[in-house]
Amino acid sequence: MNVAGRWRWWELLLWALAFAAPFGLAGHALIINEIAIVALFALSLDLILGYTGIVSLGHAAFFGMGAYSAALFAKLVMPDPLVGLAVGIAAATALGAVCSVTILRGTDLTRLMVTLGVGLILMELANKLDWLTGGADGLQGVVMGPLLGRFAFDLSGQVAAVYSVTVLLVLFVLARRLVQSPFGATLKAIRDNRLRAMAIGIPVGQRLVVVYTVAAGAAGAAGALLAQTTGFASLDLFEFHRSADVMLVLVIGGVGWLYGGIAGAVVFKLMQDALSSITPQYWTFWIGLFLVVLVSVGRERLVRPWTWWRP
Amino acid sequence: MLTLLFDGIAYGMLLFILAVGLAVTMGLMNFINLAHGAFAMVGGYITILLMQRQGVPFLVCLPLAFAGAAALGAVLERTLYRRLYHKPHLDQVLFSIGLTFMAVASVDYFVGSTQQILQLPLWLKGRTEWGEGAWMLGMGHYRLFIIAVCAALTVALQYVLARTRFGSRLRASVDDQRVAAGLGINVNVVFLSTFAVGSGLAGLGGALGADVLGMDPTFPLKFMIYFLIVVAVGGTSSITGPLLAALMLGIADVAGKYYIPKLGAFIVYSLMIAILVWRPQGLFVRQGGKA
Repeated sequence: MNVAGRWRWWELLLWALAFAAPFGLAGHALIINEIAIVALFALSLDLILGYTGIVSLGHAAFFGMGAYSAALFAKLVMPDPLVGLAVGIAAATALGAVCSVTILRGTDLTRLMVTLGVGLILMELANKLDWLTGGADGLQGVVMGPLLGRFAFDLSGQVAAVYSVTVLLVLFVLARRLVQSPFGATLKAIRDNRLRAMAIGIPVGQRLVVVYTVAAGAAGAAGALLAQTTGFASLDLFEFHRSADVMLVLVIGGVGWLYGGIAGAVVFKLMQDALSSITPQYWTFWIGLFLVVLVSVGRERLVRPWTWWRP
Repeated sequence: MLTLLFDGIAYGMLLFILAVGLAVTMGLMNFINLAHGAFAMVGGYITILLMQRQGVPFLVCLPLAFAGAAALGAVLERTLYRRLYHKPHLDQVLFSIGLTFMAVASVDYFVGSTQQILQLPLWLKGRTEWGEGAWMLGMGHYRLFIIAVCAALTVALQYVLARTRFGSRLRASVDDQRVAAGLGINVNVVFLSTFAVGSGLAGLGGALGADVLGMDPTFPLKFMIYFLIVVAVGGTSSITGPLLAALMLGIADVAGKYYIPKLGAFIVYSLMIAILVWRPQGLFVRQGGKA
């Protein structure tokens, strides 16, 4: 394995901390669970946005797809969480494979519109198929079985947090392996200059299809985790603001860097928690202001504090 | 039947006025502005608040809505938008989403989250009916008024773009910014005035549509997709493209919601995806133009 692929000491420390957190900060296990889920969602977006350069405003479609399929599976077929997670991932992957043909051509605007449209169509579907999904009331009555047949999900969320962090770690390792492989290198080539990538013989279309499908599957895993640990799925999962939020999460942490999603998720969730306890109704204003300032100043500066005082 | 067609045309014309500014700015600066709906909302709220609280007549409110939104557009263009023209699309998307969130939350804070009701003047409230049975055409006077205003605006816009000196400068800048600047066209002024007029038109559209579309703080998010559909499907190189796209969208939406209410907005979105997969640059694109 090459130098970039080697695990650094601080990475191991970080993951050790992540696993210790649900026990050390037992009172905050619920928010740790949420952070892990958002981090996984942002990680999946990073694969297509940060590494491949596809601007997507509809990534919540796959998140919601994973959540609804996992919740429905638990409600109708069997309550085992791990099988449900696999079902959620499979459903989102299938959806991603279907949708990937829509992002191959056109400009950024076209892709933006198509991804947004897919999200809206799924929201309409979840809304109109109310005999299956509960419509606008959300899917209720999802009862999860114990994890591995032994650890039941408790109210304080410790089991849920450990479960989510574990899934995050597994998918993180896979994503890391993916972007550091020759396959990942071709993705970056496509992001930097699609025409040249094509000219040196990279099958651009095929690479886009594969990475979009993989990212959809990871987003579906995040959605499935959310549905399983909260026992609920609602239309809110498909909302536009969810796609916008995850983009913000990724940008806070830095795009094109796998830890970006995780760092962003920690900052975003803590910020959301703090802001919404001060102004529960208007916290979107501060998020908006943050975005405007961030972009005006230059988002690449946020993760490089030493450039803050340069003109 | 005909009534539906008529309502669809009124809706489409309204969407065109709302979105035409977006089409021009997007073609001109290649800027993905998701905050366009916020300007429309500003126009709508100016009208509603002036009418409710100050008792200003409806017809006076319309130019004020235009002026208010245009002034806001000009200020924002000078201070914020201009820095972002050459940034990647991701930055532009983030920036305009941020602006939209701010607009939504501020209106919610200052005016309240309930839907505002516009009291139309009496002479716009009536309805004229022609014909019999299935071919009956019922025309709400207000919708007739919308069609008339929007048609007049469309003709005026087409005239300005095709016949005046400003129009030819604008078209030159859209086709190739660098060459236009090299020929001595002050591209910055063209940008500024176009952005202001585009925002003003959105404000006017918001004011006209306050009754039809409904005005509440989530307006920019709810209708963002519609504006973008008009632009993406219609293309950005002319104004006839967006006009046809807006009319199609309006008629499809009204008819779809009437005949198959179960499927609702489903048809519109699927149609959009199908069209964009088939013709990624939009339906009505001049060959050989800059993408």
